[in-house]
Amino acid sequence: MNETPLIHAGVKRCSKWQFSLWMAGVTAVLLWGVYAMFLCWFKGLNQTNMNDAYGFALWIWADLAVIALGGGAFFSGFLTYIVGKDELKNIINYAVIIGFICYSSALLILAIDIGQPLRGWFIFWHANVHSMLTEVAFCLSCYFAVLTIEFIPLILENPKLERKPFLHHLSHNMHGIMAIFAATGVFLSFFHQGSLGGVAGVLFGRPFAYREHIFIWPFTFFLFTWSAAACGPCFTILVTKITEKITRKKLVKDNVIHLLAKISGWMLLTYIIAKTADTLYWAMVTAPNAGFTLMDFYASPTYNIGLLFAEIVLCGFIPGLILITKRGRENAFLLNTAIVLAVIGVSLNRWVMVLQVMAVPVFSFNDWYTYLPSWQEVATTVLPVAYGLIVISLAHRYLPVFPQEKELNPVK
Amino acid sequence: MKEQNSHTNAKRYGMVIDLDKCTGCGACMVACYSENNVPFKTDETNKLDSINWIRVYKLTNNKPYPDTEICYLPMPCMQCDGIGKHGHSPCVSVCPAVATDYDYDTGIVSQIYTRCFGCRYCMAACPYHARKFNWWDPKWPADTEKYLSPNVSPRMRGVVEKCSFCFHRYQLAREKAYLEKRQKLEEQEYQTACTQACPVGAITFGDLNNKDHAVYKLKNDPRAFRLLERLQTNPKVYYLTSKNWVRRAGDNYLAHEEPGNITKVKEHH
Repeated sequence: MNETPLIHAGVKRCSKWQFSLWMAGVTAVLLWGVYAMFLCWFKGLNQTNMNDAYGFALWIWADLAVIALGGGAFFSGFLTYIVGKDELKNIINYAVIIGFICYSSALLILAIDIGQPLRGWFIFWHANVHSMLTEVAFCLSCYFAVLTIEFIPLILENPKLERKPFLHHLSHNMHGIMAIFAATGVFLSFFHQGSLGGVAGVLFGRPFAYREHIFIWPFTFFLFTWSAAACGPCFTILVTKITEKITRKKLVKDNVIHLLAKISGWMLLTYIIAKTADTLYWAMVTAPNAGFTLMDFYASPTYNIGLLFAEIVLCGFIPGLILITKRGRENAFLLNTAIVLAVIGVSLNRWVMVLQVMAVPVFSFNDWYTYLPSWQEVATTVLPVAYGLIVISLAHRYLPVFPQEKELNPVK
Repeated sequence: MKEQNSHTNAKRYGMVIDLDKCTGCGACMVACYSENNVPFKTDETNKLDSINWIRVYKLTNNKPYPDTEICYLPMPCMQCDGIGKHGHSPCVSVCPAVATDYDYDTGIVSQIYTRCFGCRYCMAACPYHARKFNWWDPKWPADTEKYLSPNVSPRMRGVVEKCSFCFHRYQLAREKAYLEKRQKLEEQEYQTACTQACPVGAITFGDLNNKDHAVYKLKNDPRAFRLLERLQTNPKVYYLTSKNWVRRAGDNYLAHEEPGNITKVKEHH
């Protein structure tokens, strides 16, 4: 009897030994993170360098950043299934996998970050509907379920699984109703991305974070959703490019990448205009009402005005302008620079909205607060990266992630 | 920024601390540790992970000798009424599990240790750093565990705690009044440990809504101000000072602004 291969016919993959060696290396890093994670769970958060002034630190940044970067899944899903951009079907699988990794990582980080992990379910059971974190927890969990549902049909397309008629039909039928899940994902993402923006924006006791309302309170609600929709797809493109580099294969046609980059560019440019307006209102109205000037918030060597410039101009306007121009998108160097800058920009925004909020002294008699993460915090933040590499490696090897791969790389 | 007097039956317990009297002796802190079973570390050098429900800050006018002036500022939880005084204090509105709540009968912001799961969002929200996280399990040296107060539950690792205005004392006073078939509490029946421990009588505690309580008059003293008042947190802890630099240190002002001359900021969002 012929054994069905695990790898699809017509595609080339590295040898078992090469793959095992790579996986062993990544697993070693993963285990380092798992060890640190258990230290935090069993010994408590005294394993970190957080303190009473820095209650939110590296983990919360990582959480916000991966959720923003994972935004490529919901926005690409929206464009593919709701708007009807058919070309994007060639990258949507990868966007879903990246989203799945990002969101499962976010949930894991949250589980490590809380002081009483066994009470984590209280957020659902004793929910405070006024808290932004409650909305985040509900929408995040629901959207993770949606991403899992979106990922399942792809897993079922593995040659070995697909051979079973039930699984084959299940996968086929799930694909058929994917637009419903994509729409659900968009709805849920709009709220939790926004609520994550609200987490900092509603802190009226923290003048650096506090933003006033436009239609909804606070405006960071919109800005976070907008920036995730703008920069999430850039992260999808970036990971695709890295995968192409490592596998030494073209996996997605340029027109697909350029279309996603163009939409991202317009989203990024409009976002950064809105962000600029928000920053101006905050600097000229909100902060002075609380007795602060803009430069009070940037009076530290670490947190200086260069950060604001980097976030808005260098990692906002510049990549936005590159991506909206045909020439910018079609020039590989400019395209790569733009997507890297966009990814850095959104990560920087999340960093500022978490760590700088904690660092800025609210009392005139307090100094700036400083914080350097412990190795346990670093290891548990690297853990999702290693986990992500493992999932991507397995998915690429055993699943038909890129529909154009066979056409672009015919096996002789 | 004096608030309007309320004539409702609900109490609004608050505190007035006279900074002109405070000597910085720390008796309030010691009394609080003892009264509320506040855990401490063997080495308390790093104040950023120390637990204290009231902390005495040392302020200076930053002038060279002989113009140097020092002011000691005890800072408990401000028991904020929040924007619009609706009880949406910075911490209460953000807690995802209702582990901290605003009591509309007393105006006291509670902390439910068995409900808290340690997300620390309330700490991020509090501009006064009044909230402390239990980074470690409490360790009581030698036999001191036997001398813990039976009226206050000790906290476990991984939860947030803060000043409760000695709420257990309020509960005991209420129980006593109930047994004596009384509704009303006398001013002296419910006093916080720090108030009673202060050797110079710098701390006054009572119902800010009750004209018969000392705090009612003191909060309208021309020397009275509240910390970070411009953030609209509406604290129920007032301070008295005759020094302008101390008052200025208690909030943030632009270069051209003077304490007391700020127009009232909006109360609703």
